Amino acid sequence: MDNYILSFITWLPALGAILILALMKKDQSSLIKRFATVWFGLDFLLSLWLLRYNRGMGGMQFLEDYQWIPIIGARYQMGVDGVAVLLIVLTTLLGWIASLSSWEYIQKREKEYYVLLLLLQTAVIGVFSSMDLFLFYLFFEVSLVPMYFLIGIWGGENRLYAAIKFFLYTLVGSVVMLLGVLKMYFLTQDTALTSQITQETVRLLAGNDAAVQMVTNSLQTAVGNGTGTFNILYMQALGSVLPMGTLQILLFVAFALGFAIKVPMFPFHTWLPDAHVEAPTAGSVILAGILLKLGTYGFFRFNLPMFPAASRDQSTWVTSFGTFGVRSVVVFLAIVSIIYGALAAMYFVVKKDGDVKKLVAYSSVSSMGMVMLGLFALNPNGVNGGVMQMINHGIYSGALFLLVGIIYERRHTRNVAEFGGLSHVMPGYAALFLGMVMTAIGLPLLAVFISEFLALRGSFEANPYWAAWAALGIILNAGYFLWLYQRMFFGNIDNPKNETLRDMNVREWVYMVPLMILSLWIGVYPKPFLEYIHQPVNAIVKQVRPDYVIPGTAAPAQTERAER
Amino acid sequence: MFLLQANTTSLLNVSDLQLIIPELILTVCACAALVMEVILPYRKSKLTAYFALTAIGLAFVSLVVQWWFIRHLLPFDGFYGMVRIDGFALLFKAIFLVSAGLAIGIATRYLDIEGEQHGEYYALVLFATVGMMFLACGYDLITLYISLELMAITFYVLVAFTKREKRSNEAAMKYFLLGAFSSGVLLYGMSLLYGLAGSTNIGEIGAELGRLGPVVQNAIDSARQGGIPDDIAKLRPMMLLGMIALGAGLFFKVAAVPFHMWAPDVYEGAPTSVTAFLSTGSKAASFALFARIFTEALGGMSADWAPLLGLVAAITIMVGNWAAVNQENSKRLLAYSSISNAGYLLLALVANNLYGYIGLIVYLFVYTLMNMGAFGIIISLRRHGIIGDNVDDLTGLGQKAPGLAAMMTIFMLSLGGLPFTGGFIGKWFLFGGLIQRGTGPEGKSWYIWLAIWAILNTVVSFYYYFRFIKVMYLGDRLADNRPLALSPALQTALIVSVIGVVIIGIFPHPLIKLSQDLIVGWRQLF
Repeated sequence: MDNYILSFITWLPALGAILILALMKKDQSSLIKRFATVWFGLDFLLSLWLLRYNRGMGGMQFLEDYQWIPIIGARYQMGVDGVAVLLIVLTTLLGWIASLSSWEYIQKREKEYYVLLLLLQTAVIGVFSSMDLFLFYLFFEVSLVPMYFLIGIWGGENRLYAAIKFFLYTLVGSVVMLLGVLKMYFLTQDTALTSQITQETVRLLAGNDAAVQMVTNSLQTAVGNGTGTFNILYMQALGSVLPMGTLQILLFVAFALGFAIKVPMFPFHTWLPDAHVEAPTAGSVILAGILLKLGTYGFFRFNLPMFPAASRDQSTWVTSFGTFGVRSVVVFLAIVSIIYGALAAMYFVVKKDGDVKKLVAYSSVSSMGMVMLGLFALNPNGVNGGVMQMINHGIYSGALFLLVGIIYERRHTRNVAEFGGLSHVMPGYAALFLGMVMTAIGLPLLAVFISEFLALRGSFEANPYWAAWAALGIILNAGYFLWLYQRMFFGNIDNPKNETLRDMNVREWVYMVPLMILSLWIGVYPKPFLEYIHQPVNAIVKQVRPDYVIPGTAAPAQTERAER
Repeated sequence: MFLLQANTTSLLNVSDLQLIIPELILTVCACAALVMEVILPYRKSKLTAYFALTAIGLAFVSLVVQWWFIRHLLPFDGFYGMVRIDGFALLFKAIFLVSAGLAIGIATRYLDIEGEQHGEYYALVLFATVGMMFLACGYDLITLYISLELMAITFYVLVAFTKREKRSNEAAMKYFLLGAFSSGVLLYGMSLLYGLAGSTNIGEIGAELGRLGPVVQNAIDSARQGGIPDDIAKLRPMMLLGMIALGAGLFFKVAAVPFHMWAPDVYEGAPTSVTAFLSTGSKAASFALFARIFTEALGGMSADWAPLLGLVAAITIMVGNWAAVNQENSKRLLAYSSISNAGYLLLALVANNLYGYIGLIVYLFVYTLMNMGAFGIIISLRRHGIIGDNVDDLTGLGQKAPGLAAMMTIFMLSLGGLPFTGGFIGKWFLFGGLIQRGTGPEGKSWYIWLAIWAILNTVVSFYYYFRFIKVMYLGDRLADNRPLALSPALQTALIVSVIGVVIIGIFPHPLIKLSQDLIVGWRQLF
């Protein structure tokens, strides 16, 4: 089971899509939506198997390795670490929720809709589980297509513009990344580096025999065929021995551009509000909950370990304002994203025809900035916080988009000014909305508090000023979310259309409650989740900063220190 | 009698005929097809189509047999060096045969609707294919020029094939005038090469220019440093002029900027099935000629022509992509897309390494399939009374004919180069070759900038490829309710294309392996 579970989880949705295409007719929409939802649920249950991930050992597990295109050295390699495990489980859960939430929202061309939703799921899970850069790139880029259709067919008024903007914007990043991928591939053929890389691989993967076996295997086949290899572990080791210089910085930029647009970081964020506003609810949920994580996951999996010297670089450019480097730029953009996103979101509370979805979209920009700040704090606390923030953002932004979708189905507007006093007619809805708003602003005992605290603590360790600026963003966050809640739910019902709204139905409760429970669980007792990411995060930190002594009481870290 | 035999053996080595069996089959069948048109009863011309398809099938089989028996002995020279069978030639011939087969497949029903169902059409397609195949295996300027003209003249006729249509006649006239002009320029370049090298054989020209290059350079250097001026230094402008004249002629043939003006008009005016053949077969053949002349005859001057080709490629990619953005006519749009693709294919020659040439072959092969497929879809929209060659005519195809729409989507994604389609694999190698050259030992940074420029322009190309997808799916309107016109031959052609594109996208190994093996043999020659 462990040897093919990842492929199974990845391809199951695609199989479902084929089944729908082949067996069901256009007008059997109620059958199609039930089948798709059950299928998503099945995939979720299967993905729970990944929770058997050996947390003490860490590293890449559930490895799969098959021959694919030997002539260019691309292999079908899959494997996950704890971070990817959590992201995959989140993906399958949100996929199920997205499918369930679309039952009433989607009223036309249901067959195509669920087929695309399932295909998107395959592409995204494929991204998280690839261990081969070529395979990763394929999934990464192909995930754009279903999303294009989801926005373009079932979106709002301005959907054509939003769909193509989403597609082209994110494509710019990934095509530039393709050049980086090509260069990395040619570097793996560089015989001058091979022996160093092999030593480095053995050092980095110490204790994980299966992974060592996989790297050796792909390397041997590659040498046998006279090609390079795309194995991600090998490329990470390659990055550690690659000397710092223009080449490494350019490679970092090529990869970073692809991921930064996806995240999205200021100033590459402009596609996001458009895409969110026009996308159907489920599209927004997948977009915010999962697709944005492809970017931050890319930073975590590729940029940090593959270009460690560039990632920690703060002194390449000397100017009269001071010295700064790649890391300074990334951190600067992350902080700008945090504050800018919050300010922009606040604007949409005040604005006369402010759109709630746009507000949540901008709050995502802010939140993802926090992820980036955490990751580039380059210490265990920061990276842990960044990774947890990815999960939490998936939970709360997904939930908020769902909630906005629920009210939109009833009122066909998302304009903040149209609402007021909703807590009188929709108490259950108001309660859930409150829970999620509180999660979003980082109330203690709710999920985001944990991740923001960790990320801020990490960045404080790195540089107190960074933490100070980021904290400003958090205050703004609290401000506009509370203000939004006040305007929508408190006061009197001014608008007669709101008087007859019905509260949430069973189906809506069914898909909202798991998210609320998760938020509470992570907030109250995050230990099980942190256990999954503990080892991978420490490994990344060690890789980026080899001479950094990881503090804390965790046993593996101590043994490493003792070896020194 | 004896004397005659002796003469023929000395002029023509009979065993050499084995080398051109595929071409011979096609030529004989083409002549037979011309006769058939006279013999066959009225309105039975479609039989000629199936006859021509059989001929292509036979030629393909003989090509495979040929490859199987001589694959370890390549290259094979024949006819006193006029023809050379090497891996390069075999690969290109396969591409031409696929292209011709698909072109006939998509044409049968279309010509019926146009009211121009004549057997000559198929004979002309076969003759054009013979010309292309000799372009791939010709190893002498004379063979190459004659086969180029054979191909070009048949295409002039084919473009004018719907003779009652004004646009078709206009297109043929333009194509003919400009084509004749460019052939003249090309011939001028060839004559300069002959003057420099004293031979028309590609290999001998290559060797002679390879020898002359350093000698001339030394003479120039020593003259600069105040040494005795040597007359041989004056050959330098002549070499450059020959190179530029050849380049200009070939840029015209592949429709690269600034010699691309004919392409949109001709593509739009020609019968759609001819446009499809023109944009794939003729383009591939021109690239075969391009690669043969530039890497073998002018191989020693690569430092001179690489920047020229790089510049032309950069401009071609930009102009083709940006001009396509707001075209309303889908044939015209695909014409601009084909211009930009010529730019991408030029990158292979700029890179001038194994990766690049694999890219050239793989991309041309995939390009043939996906472009044929796209034109096939457009042809299926042509019905009595509906021309169907506007982008708008695809509106609502997603509901009306989901299968066709899905195929068109795959062709468009592949043209753009999205993963899991063949187009991605082709572009992978094209860009890979460029990156490898640019970051290699003698690399210059402009190679990298060219790669960045080219790849950013692919994003633009997605905009107009997605216009097709947009009109097919993203609206609720239908262009018309009339059923589509699909003949079995057209369906087969479409299915073959789509399967080819997807299989090359997912399991490209066999194709790449074959091209690599054959290209490696070819590249060892110089």
